[in-house]
Amino acid sequence: MSMLELPAKIENMEALMTFVSDRARSLGFSARRIKEIELASEEALVNIINYAYKDCDGIIRIVCSGDPIHLIIQIEDYGSAFDILSLSDPDTTSSLTEREVGGLGVFLIRKLMDDVTYSRQDGRNILTLFVRLPDA
Amino acid sequence: MEILESRQNDICIFSIHGRLDSNTSAELDKRILLSLDNGAKHIIMECKQMDYITSAGLRIVVKTAKKMKSGSGQFILCAMADYVREIFEIAGFDRFLPIVPTLEDALKKI
Repeated sequence: MSMLELPAKIENMEALMTFVSDRARSLGFSARRIKEIELASEEALVNIINYAYKDCDGIIRIVCSGDPIHLIIQIEDYGSAFDILSLSDPDTTSSLTEREVGGLGVFLIRKLMDDVTYSRQDGRNILTLFVRLPDA
Repeated sequence: MEILESRQNDICIFSIHGRLDSNTSAELDKRILLSLDNGAKHIIMECKQMDYITSAGLRIVVKTAKKMKSGSGQFILCAMADYVREIFEIAGFDRFLPIVPTLEDALKKI
């Protein structure tokens, strides 16, 4: 298990993302899958910075661990309680006129990761991304 | 991210290099709006060197598509890596946006 904790600031995004992608690289994921892992992580981090800590400062903690078949990325914040997985998916079959401009971040996390869970524990939002290992 | 911008008559071509993400998409939005103000009628977004797009980038793409739809110009995307195309397909953007293999194909459509 490895952990990184940093203030929830845009300027720390790169360090947080590098922490996740280094871990994924060391586990032998393909370059393409690493980009998908980075994308899902970035969407989660941006949500925390823009919404969970909208009116205050705070920290983000990333814990990378695993089980026999997954890389497990746990992204935690102490911001206001919010289950991003409760958001409904955008209608990706709608026409351009009806299409909403936003709302795709959480949808991409769901689509790109093998599983995603949310829990609220001890005042923390915990979003957990499960990524099936390359040879699992 | 770097945006290279070139003009062919009333067509403005944006070549995106690097990541179109929450840090960089506002810059693209600004450049596109500026080019339309400066008389560009059609927009081509060349994605050959784009290696990453997040929901923030997709937001600018759909915003531009909506804006162009209300006028008579075209908005065409081209030369996407498979990985980037996959994100556009998951988002369902391939349903309403022309995405063609090369810049030449895009220019031919206008």
